[in-house]
Amino acid sequence: MQPDELIAQLQSKNEKAFERIYEMYSEATFGIINSVLHDEVLSEEVLQDVFCKVWDKAPTYSPKKGRFFTWVLNIARNAAIDKTRSKSFKNQKKNQTADYFVDILEDKSNFSAQIDAIGIKKYIDLLEPICKKVIDLLFFKGFTQKEASEKLEIPLGTIKTRNRICINKLRESLTV
Amino acid sequence: MKEYIDSGILELYVYGVLTHQENVEVYKALQQYPEVAQEVEEIEKALQQLSMAAAPYSPEKMLTKIKSKLEFTGDDEKVIPLSRKRTPIIAYIGYAAAALLLVGLLFQSREVSKLETQISDLEREQILQEGKTQVAEENLAATKEVLNAIRHKDVIKVPLAGQAVAPQAYASVFWDKASNKAYIDVSGLPEPPAGKVYQVWSLTLEPLTPTSMGVLDTYNAEGLQIIELDNPNASEAFGITLEPAGGSAGPTMDQLYTLGVVSS
Repeated sequence: MQPDELIAQLQSKNEKAFERIYEMYSEATFGIINSVLHDEVLSEEVLQDVFCKVWDKAPTYSPKKGRFFTWVLNIARNAAIDKTRSKSFKNQKKNQTADYFVDILEDKSNFSAQIDAIGIKKYIDLLEPICKKVIDLLFFKGFTQKEASEKLEIPLGTIKTRNRICINKLRESLTV
Repeated sequence: MKEYIDSGILELYVYGVLTHQENVEVYKALQQYPEVAQEVEEIEKALQQLSMAAAPYSPEKMLTKIKSKLEFTGDDEKVIPLSRKRTPIIAYIGYAAAALLLVGLLFQSREVSKLETQISDLEREQILQEGKTQVAEENLAATKEVLNAIRHKDVIKVPLAGQAVAPQAYASVFWDKASNKAYIDVSGLPEPPAGKVYQVWSLTLEPLTPTSMGVLDTYNAEGLQIIELDNPNASEAFGITLEPAGGSAGPTMDQLYTLGVVSS
């Protein structure tokens, strides 16, 4: 459940509420940023900026605009993509090989207690290549359906359902 | 609904990559269908797991940095006092001052609303008085008009004396021969019984010929009681009889209330 009460307190600038929100959303946000940047130091910088923004802009959030998670996700994606245009990023990017979030997951050995590590590992193993690309573009990079269909050269009408199949597999892996 | 859920739109809703229009539609469906809301919760949970897994490590420690960047005061903990001792006297003075101010503001606002009520009452009263004044002025103007008419030098005054049926009754006719107007002063007549009216007659005497001048059907005990009628006749006398409502073709002589002869 979305913590509506906590979000309302955050919006009225309650510091305790901010700390709780940070506990709940920071690790996911960090992951999104990292899957764009593939760089721990830069991701840390961006994460700080993102949560400063969350604090400042919280009063502008409304459930009518979407999920709170989505709202934070948007801020994080935009901030991370902004960072990819910076000089410091471009210098480091030369050595980067990982392109998808999956590469990060495959390399990772320590998962925090909040994560169903077994489920995630299981998911990585059975993930089809097309799912890697679809989830990466739509979820982690925030592409529109049209942009994703052009990039992947698959019909626009199938993007939505293809993506659902990929996410369903994730959900199955996690619940088992 | 299953078809809607299976379309995959909810995943894209949580991703935040729908158009504004699509977003509004999904929000509506969320409000309406619990199974849609449930589905969104589950998708979000899975995506949170997936993104957390992509984090290099848990960023717990960075909270301190962010808090100092945001210049957090830690005041939120102090808002609720843990014990009496920890509440400084200054806070009580503050609360007392605030409470006093509140009472003062409430009192003021009640006073203001009282005064506003008084003002609107006075305004209503004034409108009423203006209306009364206007009516009085109109009455006065009408009275002056009649008074001027009967004062005219050509006006003949004919007193009508009470007759057998009503010896106490009296009336006057002010007859302006030049303008053929007659003003009948009926203040000396008793109020007519229901269903009856007074009728004014112009009479010529040799032979006795009555001509109706009109019916006093606008009799008003409160009013001026001077009624204007046309009288183009060569009247030698005036009479007033009591007649059934609407008046009669000829006078009912046993109901003759007043009679007066024009002095030549």
